[in-house]
Amino acid sequence: MAPLVVMSVALLLICLQFGTQWIGLSQIMDIVGQVLREGTVESDHIGTTGVILIQVRLPRVLLGFLVGACLASVGVVLQALLRNPLADPYVLGVSSGAALGVALAILLGVGATVVTFSVLPLCGFAGGLLSLVVVYRMAVSYGRLPIHALLLAGVILNAIFSAMIMFVTSIMEPNRSVGTMTWLMGTLTAPSYPALAVLACYLLGGLFLLLNQARRLNVLTLGEESARSLGIDTEHVKRVVYVLSALITGAVVSVSGMIGFVGMVIPHAVRFLLGADHRLLLPASACIGGMYLVIADTLARTLLTPTEIPVGIVTALAGGPFFIYLLVWRKDRLA
Amino acid sequence: MSLSPANVHSMIDKALGLGVVASRRAYRARALRFHYHPQSRGAVNWVLDGLTFDVDAGEILGIVGPNGSGKTSLLKLLAKVLRPHAGDIALFGRDLSTMPQVEVARTVAFVPQESPQVFSFTVMEMVMMGRYPHYHGMKWTAGFGWESAEDVSIAEQAMQSTDLTHLAGRSVMDLSGGERQRCMIARALAQAPKVLLLDEPTAFLDIQHQIEICAIVRRLKEERGLTVVLVSHDLNLASQYCDRILMLKAGALFCLGTPHEVIGVDILRAVYGCDVLIDRHPESGVPRVTMPSYISTKNVRDHL
Repeated sequence: MAPLVVMSVALLLICLQFGTQWIGLSQIMDIVGQVLREGTVESDHIGTTGVILIQVRLPRVLLGFLVGACLASVGVVLQALLRNPLADPYVLGVSSGAALGVALAILLGVGATVVTFSVLPLCGFAGGLLSLVVVYRMAVSYGRLPIHALLLAGVILNAIFSAMIMFVTSIMEPNRSVGTMTWLMGTLTAPSYPALAVLACYLLGGLFLLLNQARRLNVLTLGEESARSLGIDTEHVKRVVYVLSALITGAVVSVSGMIGFVGMVIPHAVRFLLGADHRLLLPASACIGGMYLVIADTLARTLLTPTEIPVGIVTALAGGPFFIYLLVWRKDRLA
Repeated sequence: MSLSPANVHSMIDKALGLGVVASRRAYRARALRFHYHPQSRGAVNWVLDGLTFDVDAGEILGIVGPNGSGKTSLLKLLAKVLRPHAGDIALFGRDLSTMPQVEVARTVAFVPQESPQVFSFTVMEMVMMGRYPHYHGMKWTAGFGWESAEDVSIAEQAMQSTDLTHLAGRSVMDLSGGERQRCMIARALAQAPKVLLLDEPTAFLDIQHQIEICAIVRRLKEERGLTVVLVSHDLNLASQYCDRILMLKAGALFCLGTPHEVIGVDILRAVYGCDVLIDRHPESGVPRVTMPSYISTKNVRDHL
């Protein structure tokens, strides 16, 4: 784990340099040192470059890391629980369920009325949990979850939710709907530091609770009956993990929209590198997922400067072909 | 041990064999009834109906019967993976329904018929999962605690008993059918159980691996005093390796006894509805079932 943490920090520093304006590593160190010494982030103290770095780029990179870590972790636990290496919050329709919840909240103006504590993550949670339950109910047959049934259920749910989201956006006021569309495509925007701190506490807490199920998740991959015969209260673990997954996905979607395939690509790569034990797989996937999204977002920021591409498009373009590869060439490895 | 009156009594009991009466019986099942789906309009499809039997400690009991006669369901009831709708099961004198699942898992290990592998755990990791019920950790770190040195040595012993040591680092997805079945048995042994429940342990295995698995089961019974309950379609295997055989027909107990008592032309005709030939095994002398050389379709139809 330690090498991964070091790598993550190094990568964050490297990605901070890129952007519309190049900020060298030494300059970053200078600015960070200055901020720490003077304890202020006002522009007349640290200059325009400082403001770009501290108030725009740094929070965005941190948010990207957090979002990537969460998506990858949720992917890992959903795959373990559904015993299916293609499970991913995006593919299963959990993200679109959460997005629908958030879009409805924006339409009804709920997000605007509660100023101090945003209720958008909660709406996302409700939508995400709803779609998890529906997908599970649709796909389960005689206690098993066949892979085609699961994917099909996800596809159907995605189609329905997308239609509803489009309906909701189409009846919004024009200026609001443009913002909603950009958000839906999966965009990272620099949050304020208090908002980032609240989000980080919430998400890291969720990740810790997921990690606490790691050993039980190992046993659950054997199948529910085997897991029960090994002394695991399978219903309890399932409930805990589903609710946590929906909570985390809901919060992530409410800040960054629908960023797809991170939860599928990363666990695969990490399993290949480090093995299937969730006690290692889960934290390692979080780190690598975070790095992956930071790189993807750096590409999204810089490829077409000065305009930006939504990061969701970058991850979909990278993850979609990987999904096809798994489905076509690695059929034997899918149950 | 101090010589308090209570201790003296228990020592006398042990010497006279009184204290071990309860533990000589692994399972005591009374009037078990079980069905899968709750059905409307009162018509309940009982999978198991009114089963009463005992399993002695240290014996190999084979459960046989036609397809759909409830063999696997019965095994899952004994593992507490499923719960009976009526009747009760006692495990070494304790009521199974009130035992926490973890405690059941410390006494009983269950190997299902197939264990589809989706993720590439190594054989060692797979066997180590059997140590889960024995983990005592703090509540907030129980989820990612690592196994102790004791756990590792028990897992290694389990792999040794099943000849898997050389495969410890291999991915379970790359194993052959026989190796995978041995891996699942090793995982069950890592639970350090007193009872081993096996569902069709030799299904889909070639004859070499069938012999291998049976030899392992037999050896475990003799070396560790394990009680084994196994479900099998293979009457010859049951006849040769089981101490007693429980014959199920349509969810009810048809007969229970030694292979000599159970494997007979009349009983098999009554249960399976077809005629078979029965002679003696050339070595052990247990009954051996052979299909007739000319199978009359009329003969089969008569019994259906």
